[in-house]
Amino acid sequence: MSQQSRSPRGAQAASSTTGPSPGGWLARRWNPYLVGAGIGVLSWITFALMGKALGTSTTIAKSAGLIGSAVAPEHVADSPYYGRYFDAAAGKYMFDWQFFLVLAMFVGALIARKLSRERFVEHVPPLWQWRFGPSRGLRYGAAFVGGVILLFGARMAGGCTSGHGISGSLQLAVSSWAFFLSMFVAGVVTALALFGTKGRDHVLAD
Amino acid sequence: MSWLIDPNVRMIIYGLLAGLVFGFLLQKAKVTRYQVILGQFLLKDFTVLKVMLTAIIVGAVGIWGMQAMGAGFPLHVKGATLLANVAGGAIFGIGMAILGYCPGTGVAAAGDGSRHAVVGILGMIVGGGIYAEVYPQIEDGLLKAWSVTVGGSNKVTLAELSGVSPWWYIAGLVVIAAAVFLVLERWERGRAATA
Repeated sequence: MSQQSRSPRGAQAASSTTGPSPGGWLARRWNPYLVGAGIGVLSWITFALMGKALGTSTTIAKSAGLIGSAVAPEHVADSPYYGRYFDAAAGKYMFDWQFFLVLAMFVGALIARKLSRERFVEHVPPLWQWRFGPSRGLRYGAAFVGGVILLFGARMAGGCTSGHGISGSLQLAVSSWAFFLSMFVAGVVTALALFGTKGRDHVLAD
Repeated sequence: MSWLIDPNVRMIIYGLLAGLVFGFLLQKAKVTRYQVILGQFLLKDFTVLKVMLTAIIVGAVGIWGMQAMGAGFPLHVKGATLLANVAGGAIFGIGMAILGYCPGTGVAAAGDGSRHAVVGILGMIVGGGIYAEVYPQIEDGLLKAWSVTVGGSNKVTLAELSGVSPWWYIAGLVVIAAAVFLVLERWERGRAATA
């Protein structure tokens, strides 16, 4: 079912229709510090074992190039931007470790939800619906535009929340801390501009 | 199109396994939920900050610890071109507040059942395509502005920039995070008691 309920607590109400959360490691929500520590340990493994830093937005930019190369192959072949990423001689490929990491993130989240017997489908989030109404078209349009802006910014900055925010910050990179602070401030300002302080009454605090 | 498929199968398998774990963890913290990301930007629900700061600290202790013990793996510090880092970060923050996800949590959210996240991912791909077209125009200007270099390289850490041991920064981070977490937990308990 969709999240078209009137109550701002609609999302949670829909989730709880699947019954109580299992206990232990199958619990629907883990302690955020535990999850953070898990991601930290995962970063040790990617650095030490794979020689890589966790990141995701490069793969999404390359996917644009892949689609572009199906439509206008010469244009992509001549592009100075894609040339940095599509370069077999330099060991840089489209379908590389990071592409499969991103693909598997989808599956990992799906497995996590299924294992804890949670049902969740969301078209229009309750907070959005409170402010902008139940229209799926409007929400999808905003999500699309948000996605365009998001990835444009990520590529300009040289990374996203994973590549800069986590992997870069833990390396104490100057670039990453500049990105992290800037994106956080811009996110707060934008969210307050969209929803106002009253919006705080329509998100569930945990 | 020799650049299509990486012949290194071992790396692809590692990538798959790391992605499964990463997506699983993001869903368990519920940072795959629009409510939680917007709750952070509206300064109501601090789950995102708790997850990120803990990941940064645990990650930093392990990475710098292994480096200190002589593990020779490469670091991946991104170039400090501060105008692009800050302007790109601001654009990113605006997009993230509108979409409600970042690229990684967006992909995981799609797996978690968010349909609007799927539309957001399509938007991200278009945004990546637009950036590739703009790139030649900003390559030599904006992307090189406010460059911070140490010894001729802009892949600079705070430790290199200040000439101080990275462990001072890590210790500082631990102290700041511990204080922030204590205040947050107390504030959240107080709020729960009055609710």
